[in-house]
Parts: sequence; structure tokens; C-alpha cells
Amino acid sequence: MGQRVQRVEDQRFLRGGGRFVDDVDPGPGVLHAAVLRSPHAHARILDIDVSGVLDVPGVHAVYTHDDLTGPMAEPLPVLIPHPALTHGRTQYALARDEVNHVGEAVAFVVAEDRYVAEDAVARIVVDYEVLPAVVGIAAARAADRLVHDDVPGNLGARMEQAVGDAPAAIAAAPHRLELDLEIERSACMPMEGRGTVARWDRDTDRLVLWTSTQSSTGVRAAVAAKLGLDIGRVDVITPDVGGGFGVKIVHPWPEELLVPMAARALGRPVKFVEDRREHFVSSAHERGQVQHVEVGFDDDGRLLGLDVEFWHDHGAYTPYGLIVPIITSTQLLGPYKPGAYRVAFSSLYTNTVIVTPYRGAGRPQGCYAMERTMDAIAGYLGRDRTEVRAVNFIQPHEFPYDHGLIFQDGRPLEYDSGDYPASLEKLRKLIDWDGFDSFRRECAEQGRRVGIGLACYVEGTGVGPYEGAHVHVETTGKVKVATGLTTQGQSHETAFAQIVADELGVRFCDVEVVTGDTRRMPYAVGTFASRAAVMSGSAVLKAARRTKEKALRLAADALEADVADLEIVDGVVGVRGTDRSIPLGTLSVLSNPLRYAFDEASKAATQFSVGDAVDRTALPVAEGEQPGLEGTDFHSTPRATYASGMHAAIVETDPDTAEIRILRYAVVHDCGHLINPMVVEGQIHGGVAQGVGGALYERMAYDESGQLLNASFMDFLMPYVSEVPDGIEIDHLETPSPLNPLGIKGAGEAGVIPVSAVIAAAVEDAEGFPVTAMPISPSDLFSLREEHRS
Amino acid sequence: MSETLHDIRLTVNDVVHDLRVPARRLLSDALRHDLGLTGTHVGCEHGVCGACTILVDGEPARACLMLAVAAQSCAITTVEGLAGPDGSLSPVQQAFAECHGLQCGFCTPGFLTTITAGLRRDPAPTRERARDMIGGNLCRCTGYQNIVTAVERAAQIGAAR
Repeated sequence: MGQRVQRVEDQRFLRGGGRFVDDVDPGPGVLHAAVLRSPHAHARILDIDVSGVLDVPGVHAVYTHDDLTGPMAEPLPVLIPHPALTHGRTQYALARDEVNHVGEAVAFVVAEDRYVAEDAVARIVVDYEVLPAVVGIAAARAADRLVHDDVPGNLGARMEQAVGDAPAAIAAAPHRLELDLEIERSACMPMEGRGTVARWDRDTDRLVLWTSTQSSTGVRAAVAAKLGLDIGRVDVITPDVGGGFGVKIVHPWPEELLVPMAARALGRPVKFVEDRREHFVSSAHERGQVQHVEVGFDDDGRLLGLDVEFWHDHGAYTPYGLIVPIITSTQLLGPYKPGAYRVAFSSLYTNTVIVTPYRGAGRPQGCYAMERTMDAIAGYLGRDRTEVRAVNFIQPHEFPYDHGLIFQDGRPLEYDSGDYPASLEKLRKLIDWDGFDSFRRECAEQGRRVGIGLACYVEGTGVGPYEGAHVHVETTGKVKVATGLTTQGQSHETAFAQIVADELGVRFCDVEVVTGDTRRMPYAVGTFASRAAVMSGSAVLKAARRTKEKALRLAADALEADVADLEIVDGVVGVRGTDRSIPLGTLSVLSNPLRYAFDEASKAATQFSVGDAVDRTALPVAEGEQPGLEGTDFHSTPRATYASGMHAAIVETDPDTAEIRILRYAVVHDCGHLINPMVVEGQIHGGVAQGVGGALYERMAYDESGQLLNASFMDFLMPYVSEVPDGIEIDHLETPSPLNPLGIKGAGEAGVIPVSAVIAAAVEDAEGFPVTAMPISPSDLFSLREEHRS
Repeated sequence: MSETLHDIRLTVNDVVHDLRVPARRLLSDALRHDLGLTGTHVGCEHGVCGACTILVDGEPARACLMLAVAAQSCAITTVEGLAGPDGSLSPVQQAFAECHGLQCGFCTPGFLTTITAGLRRDPAPTRERARDMIGGNLCRCTGYQNIVTAVERAAQIGAAR
């Protein structure tokens, strides 16, 4: 723990030996699928003519909704129901009667290869009655047109939470401000898109499914339910996953059901791997919100009342419920005490791609609203922006701090620990906040325009309900670890091996970790909400602890010693102060009384070889014990653990071209104890880069008819190295969590959360006028300058 | 199948392969699915992300923008061909491991091939030139910080070997 251990997974990735879903070879005769997708944002399907398809050589099957039966013909599940989601709607695996966004799946073709499958897709003729599309939050609110005929006002949900009487507190406050803010859509955009491979194994009468997911157990349950299979007959294996960032927590995708359905029907393995355009138009987006903030405060900038209303664009369907806007509405509060607080949101349908969590999952928008408000208060009062934040901080002695709201996990929004004043102090030093004015003057003398901004966030991480782990010491002494949640770049094989090596007393190189394979650990939830290290890390620790306890019991017998006198070092149990010892591998042999020997070591465990010390009247496996040197345990948590951090940036804006350049970017990050600082810093780097993309470059350019105009990497401006500042400066604070045995908090999403808020603040500081809409491009900034000039 | 097939010969990582493909088969698909060299990854299929970058006669090229039938006279190197004959990691591979230059590993093969060629041209790049060297490859995980450092480190390892 705490060491910068090099990653074990790198060895295969660096040699081209990673196994991603499209690398999986499910056996001979694999067929390939392609999907016909709606070209219209909103249309009625009058007729689908597939007659020209089946005579295409190499085509094996074509499916439309008419071919689906039983649960497969029903809408996909609302994964996370909520009482406020009064008008939840989900799509069908293949569209029935109506399509509601460009890219919605309409027909599914299975053929000899992907080329032929795409040829066949092009031959399907669909007669559409095109309907007017609802695009953007303004159109959704206006509700002149409806996405779903039976959803009045395009309103999927309206939800309100309040603590105290915010409107009254604001009305009574010495100072008041109102802000109108916007933030646009972006998307996870993992380098590997979605993909699924299925094989119906006739020999064992089982379905084996490989899918690029963040929840193998979720997919397993969904596939079993939809295909009418016993869950015990479905194995889901998550291969290496080429990035997720949230989009792959959604399940089941239509293809995750259609692929196994076809594999079973056709008796051949089937593979579907989406292309990049499909990822743009048929996976998921996030971020789009319009926000209205009213705030009342005193002369020091102390919040007295905060009243927030926002409109959240959730796209055409709501498979992931209200998680994103609930997170925005609660995590908006950051490290601050808001006084009285009221927040209300409307979650709205539009004829665009669905909106589900993208790294940060509503927090970037909440942080943006809160931090823009803090900056506005500081500007209004003429006070330093760090001072205004500091007077509102929850203080270290006030933890646990209960905000009186309900968080996204259905549990109280109660912060477990943190030290926000210490973080701010670190950040001020790291970015040299006090030295910035002289830097600004120097730049101004050279005709350069610079600005500084900061933003603070608190992130509920490691939500429940639980994760589990299994630790097994093999007779060779090698340790095999399995946990059920999945991995998409977070270094779980390394970090979890570090935990086991430390706890069990074995060499790091002897520990092998497997994630996301339901054959190895069928009970799991998934990798989201920065929860893997917290939940599975803790479960792995507890399972290692159980294994250790068993090893020590066995060793105490074998060495005729007291458990209290034993220690495990490098996989060998020894009696302290003596030369008596026994390797864990040998204990593994002894833990499993054998009738049959299979090698030299196993002879020791057979019935005539166990030695005179063994009581020949006793049970070979004692009551309450199990054979094998292994341990299984689970970690559950009453509520999330709250990580926090603060970012600052210095930007330069070109006086002529309005180009925005980030000169420095500084991060202070508190995720409790660090398992592997190298990995945590890597997560922060990646998060900040995604944040920079969201702040300056990335947006989903929908036209009025609902066509996504930039659905390619040529046009959707994901940052290359040239867009990311060189040298993201990081300082850590370690405030342990009391909620788990490792004292850790999640770190996966943190880097992205405050970036739009920070950049908006820095650009505003450089330019001297408010920045209220993000992302901001040079053209946007140029237009703002023109507006403020006139 | 009614498509016309073409007998072609590809030389990949110094191994000669004979295969029969339609004219439209992408080189990336031929490498991955016909030859089983799945280390070359396909991230966008329109030549922008760089994940499928291979070396064609020593120079970086997008395997998704080439047809297999057009690659017959070329010496192709994929990520599987970067390590030494004894299995030892190349300087670039070694540097990525040391510097935590990869997370999910999907874009990594394209970076490794690109940098391998880049360091041949410029064995001791400045930090700025190291950034330029990877300027055509997308990574969504690392924020490029450690990849740039890995370029510098690979140059050091290469010089020391």
C-alpha cells in the first residue's frame, strides 16, 4: 500500500497481448452483426421491407421488432427507478412503431462478416413518416412538440429537495444575485466502443457472453431475464475494456441482447462491434443543462440561502433513471454550507441520444453552478475569490456533516471526512495565487492577457450496495484473487494485488487478480461512481484477511504453535523467534484432505500420509471449516465516502484571435489513503484532460432536425496532446475515510469535475466579463468580446 | 460469397503470410482477423485516432486507411513485433511501463509504433519535440502527461542500450 508499484497488466498490453472484445475468438463459424439505425430523429415506422436482404450471399438472419418474442419484445428496463421519474420511457431492443433519435436500432443483420452484414443493412428499406424533432432544452421546455405523445411537456421527472426556506433566506439577505448558466453536451468517448460476443455452448447448454461493459453481473441478469434463461446458465466475461468513463455502465444495450439471441437461434457464435459513428449516435452522451441560481449572502460572502432550478436534457429515453440530475442537485453544494437550500430540476426528453453518466456524472455541472456563483459573489463584494470560498467551508471539526438531503444512492448526503481549509492552502501555494497579480502585470506590459481561476468540489464516491472478493492460495503458493466488478484502465490487477500482498504477507508477483468474470465471482455490482477501489478494494482486503486467519489456524496446528506467535513473510508462515516455518502452499495442500495424490506435494494430504500428529478419530474437515485455503468476503457501506479537491488554472487569451491557452493547471486532491500514487495521479491526469476537452473543445453539434453534425473524430474535437497543458501539477492531501478498512475514497472521476468551472473562472478573470456558458471556443469568446464592446 | 477474392502475400514482423481476401478488406481487419494479430486496435476506422498505427517499411501508417491488397510489397511491423527476439521489451515499451504511459491499453499499440519510428528519426527529442511526436494519436485515459515522459525515457533507454 502506498507504493508506486509498476502495473502488472502493462506486460500484456505493451506486447499486443491485451484481449479486448473484438479480439475474442469465440470459436469456428463466428458470424458478424450490423445494425440498421434510424436516419431520422423522430419518425413513425410505417413499414420495414427486408425482402432484399436474405438473398444477399453470406447473410444468415435479419431481425426486426416483429421477430422478437416474450420479454425481448418489451421495452428495455429502467435500470434505476425513482418515484419522481413519473414518465420514464425506454427503447425497445429494436424500434417498434417509432424512432426517437438518429441512431436508434431498427434492424439487426447477422452475416458471414461485417462487410457483408453492412451490405445487407443497406438493402433494408424502411418507410418512415418523419415527425418534427425536439432538439435542445429550450425546445423541450417549450413543448410545442412532444418526443413521446404520452409525456406531456416532455417532462420525464421533476424533483425538488429543500433544507430550510431558501426563498425566504434569500429575500432577507443583505445581498442577492441571480445567475443564468448553460453547459453543453459531451460524451465519454472511450477509444474502444461497445461490443459483444456470444457463444451458445451446446456441449454444456450454456450461454457464454463477452461484452465490453462496466457491469458483468448486470448484463448477466438482464440477458437471463430477457432471453428467459436460468441465470446459472449464463456466463458473462468482461475482457480487457478499452475505456468506459460511464457509458458502459448502461446495460443491456440492444446489441447485448440481440447478439446472444441470434447466437442461440443460429447455433453459431455471433459478434457485434460498433464503429465510431455508431458510438456517437447510439451510445450515450451527458452534461447538457440550463441552470438558474438565486443566492443571498452577507458582507463576507457567507451563503444565507441558495435556490437552484435547472433543466436537464436526458435525451430520448431514461434507462439510467435520474442519477445524473440527482447528483448535480446534491453535489452542487461542494465543500460549502449553503445556509437554506432549495433545488429543483426538470428532466426533459429530446430527440437525441440518451444521457447517462459520463465521468463526473452530473458533478461537473453542479460544481460549475456553485463555483460560478462563488465567483459572482466575490466579484460583487470585491473580495478575493479564495476568501469567499473559505468563509463558506465546512470545517474539519464539523464531520460527519449531514446536509439533510438524499444522495444518488438513496442515502443521506452526509460527508464522512475532509479538510477543505488545508486543501485550499495547498492550492494557493501550488498555483502561487498571491503571486498572480504581479504575473498579470508583467504579462500586461508585454501585451498579453492572462487570468486565474479556481474551483472546489466534493465527490460522493464508493457508493453501495456492496462488492465481494475471493482469495485462493493454490498449492504452489500462488494467490488467485477474483472480484466481480470490471476494469477499464483503472489498474485493478495491480492495486488489488498490492492490497492482498500486504495483508496476506505474500510477494506481489505471486498475486493474480481477475475482475468482471461471473464464473469467478457471481456477486457484484459494477465499476462506476469511483467505487472500485473503495468497494472491491475493501472486499479484497477482507477476503485476504479471512484467508490469512485460516492459514494461521492451519499453521498453528502444523507448527504446534500459538496463532499469536505466527507471522507471514513472503508466503511463509513462521513462528516468531524460531526457525520453524511452513509455506502457504503447503498449508493449502493440508487444508484440502485428499484421497488421491496427484504430485509430490499432494501426497502429504492423503489419508495414510498425514502423520501421527493427526487425530484419526477427528473429522478430516473440522466442523465449520471448508476445504481449501481460501476466503470470501464482501464489503457493504451505509453511504458514500466523500472525496474532495480543488483545482486552479492560469489561462492566456489571445487579444486578437481569442484563442485560449492553459498556461498552468494545478490540482489538490484528497482521496484518503493512496493505494498506488502513480495510478491515482494517472487518473487525475486523464480526468483533467477530459475536463479540458469539455471546457474548451467538445460539444455535440445537433442541428434543428436532430442530426448530429460532428459524429466523427474529425469533427468532435477530443483533445490531442497539443490541447492538454504540459505538466499538470498535483498535490495530495490524505484525509482517511472512516467508512472502510482501507481509509480510502474514490479517485476515478475527480480530475474532470471542476475543470469547466476553473476554465470559465480563469477566462472571466482574463477578460473582465462574465462567462456563463461552457464550453467556450475562440469563436464564442470573440462573440462575447463583441457583445461587451457594444 | 460472390465477392472476388485475391491471393496476397503480407510480410508482417518478418513473417510471410499468404491469404485470400476481397479487394475491400482493410489492412487492419486482415491483420487482426485473418492473421490473428489483434494487438493493432481499431478506434475510429477513419484514420484520426491513430490506435491502428503500424509501421509500413518503417514509417507510421494507419492500418484502417490501407487495403490489405495494397500492402503486399511492404514490410509491416505491428505492436507484436516491437519486443526483442528474446521477449525483452523495446525501449519504448519499457518506458511506457516505467512511466505509467498507459491505462486501458487500447490506444497504446498505436503510440508504441509511432514513437518507435519517431525516435529513429529523432533519438534525443526535446520535451516539445516529444509532444509533437505523439501529436497525431488520441488517448482518452492518460491526458498524455506520462506518454510524453515515456517518450523522453525511451530516448534515454535507447541511448543506454
